[in-house]
Amino acid sequence: MNSPAIPTVASPPALVSVVDLSKHYPLSSGWFQRTHNFVHAVDGVSFDLMAGETLGLVGESGCGKSTTGKMLVRLIEPTGGQVLFDNGAGELEDIGVLKSDALRNFRRRAQMVFQDPYESMNPRRTIFDTIAEPLKIQKMGTALEQMERVSTTLGLVGLTPPSTFLFRFPHELSGGQRQRVAIARALVMNPSFVVADEPTSMLDVSIRTGIMQLMEDLAGRLGISYLYITHDLAVARYMCSRIAVMYLGKIVEMGETEQVLQNPAHPYTKALLSAVPVPDPAAVRPPVDIKGSVSVPVDPPPRCRFYDRCPVADDFCRDNDHPPLEDKGSGRLAACYKA
Amino acid sequence: MTTEPVLVVDDLTMHYTTRAGVVRAVDGVSFSVGRGQSLGLVGESGCGKSSIAMTLLKLLPDNANLSSGSISLNGTDLVPLGEEEMRAHRWDRISMVFQAAMNSLDPVYRVGDQIIEALEAHSAMAHRDAMERVRELFDLVSLDPSFIRRYPHEYSGGMRQRAIIAMALACEPDLIVADEPTTALDVIVQDRILREMKDIQRSLDMSMIYISHDMAVIAEVCDTVAVMYAGKLVESGPTAEVYANPIHPYTRALMSAFPSVKGEKHDLVTLPGEPPNLLAPPAGCRFNPRCQYATDECRTSEPPIVRRNGHWAACWNPPGE
Repeated sequence: MNSPAIPTVASPPALVSVVDLSKHYPLSSGWFQRTHNFVHAVDGVSFDLMAGETLGLVGESGCGKSTTGKMLVRLIEPTGGQVLFDNGAGELEDIGVLKSDALRNFRRRAQMVFQDPYESMNPRRTIFDTIAEPLKIQKMGTALEQMERVSTTLGLVGLTPPSTFLFRFPHELSGGQRQRVAIARALVMNPSFVVADEPTSMLDVSIRTGIMQLMEDLAGRLGISYLYITHDLAVARYMCSRIAVMYLGKIVEMGETEQVLQNPAHPYTKALLSAVPVPDPAAVRPPVDIKGSVSVPVDPPPRCRFYDRCPVADDFCRDNDHPPLEDKGSGRLAACYKA
Repeated sequence: MTTEPVLVVDDLTMHYTTRAGVVRAVDGVSFSVGRGQSLGLVGESGCGKSSIAMTLLKLLPDNANLSSGSISLNGTDLVPLGEEEMRAHRWDRISMVFQAAMNSLDPVYRVGDQIIEALEAHSAMAHRDAMERVRELFDLVSLDPSFIRRYPHEYSGGMRQRAIIAMALACEPDLIVADEPTTALDVIVQDRILREMKDIQRSLDMSMIYISHDMAVIAEVCDTVAVMYAGKLVESGPTAEVYANPIHPYTRALMSAFPSVKGEKHDLVTLPGEPPNLLAPPAGCRFNPRCQYATDECRTSEPPIVRRNGHWAACWNPPGE
């Protein structure tokens, strides 16, 4: 290994540590397409993900949850902040400065599963080619060994017998089977960390549970940690030990899943939860306590991002900066002056 | 709860002829919707629920074959009607809110003009009256009147869905068919639109067929529910009865596969296998390959109708008898 010196920090027992992560997209307009404004897609997000844990990142579309997930596996370069990742030797290294061998090593250990199993696969490649591609890029094993590795992984994700799937094409498989292939592609490198971006939201109810149980089972058997991105709080409840709720680029609440869902501290989490329909015809949900509609965070003012829609905001919230994530008891952290 | 039915669908069968064979998308489906009532049609993708919607409006592609059954809207059978006669019924008496709100509006016309066009085509309304009606409609669906003169791309997803609902309401139809109207929306926006649709439906005493894959949304919106699987209805009745005491193993499985954010965290049940290919659906009960209660009868003969707790299901071996 002749990679440059890797900056390390004193290691807390985290697999991934996200420090003040931001992504600002420029908006160009006017003469010469000059950049005047920035969309603050992700703005100062920090959290730790422990080894063996499934952390849920929940929020509505456009809240920055997918951008955060992609930055964690370095598919998007952050504007600011750091993602520190356990390099396998118990040291956290900044993935932003990794090069050559060290970067390849990171790519092996951090993988991603995408939402749409119809879009995330090349229709002209067989299942074997799709799953073996990372092995080929990483030059792992001979052709025969790769074949064995792919077969084992197919068995792992419940596509058995593997020989009947290896040389089929994506269009011959159902949505559920495709998502299993997508999971196999992520697992074939034996990663320790997987970002799963809405992996079940395109699937039908009767298929979805199977994929959720598969992912949970694999986490236990292979020691994988997930960042599980979803808009569906009910799915997060079943998959995640902890959840972080995002609103316009900020984490507004984070904590043990049941604590957050049964006893939310932040007014946005409360609104989001009360808007979820209940599969009980007798249930009557109270009106959702939120104003206006979601906006795009173009150069947002420094105050609380939720101020314009908040039912409990006052002058203090208007005149001060976005509140810090603070302990609100029962293991919940919330970014709210009023909670 | 029974009122005079606005819509009676009897033994409706619609197949698609494709190069691969005949797709039995809708097979012997019967149901009715009372005045001012809402019926939820619930099922998974490819079960034929959207095909039912398209059949009711007779917006079918050339390869569709409406081979039997009747669709009686206020006593008029729509099945034998030609395109010309059907056009007089669409919007006026039966209208539809489509799944993809993004594609239902023409991007090069102002939204207000699109609704006015529909109004003028279906009534002898003067332009000024039509404009007034658009204002009323925008007010009804809580859209700002300044948006009447704006283009679809200036609308957010939720606003577009509201505009589509306004358009569907324009001619005060007897029946609205809404196909997954809130599926692409975030929960907070979905909640608002569902509440508005319910209010409007009740205040105008309109009937509605609400198609969704989401058991929770159906529970909140619909008085009665019909569960569809592989082109057939498997269970139907008042929503409260069906949800409290589901008969059919498929309905039971759907319920127990559905995660909930509130209440006790029950174990999620996984159904084995996948829905059948409608090119060659299994013989007998179409659910039999995935059913834990299946017997030889289920694999060979059409299941009989079982009545229990004020509703029915099509099943040979309803569990818990």
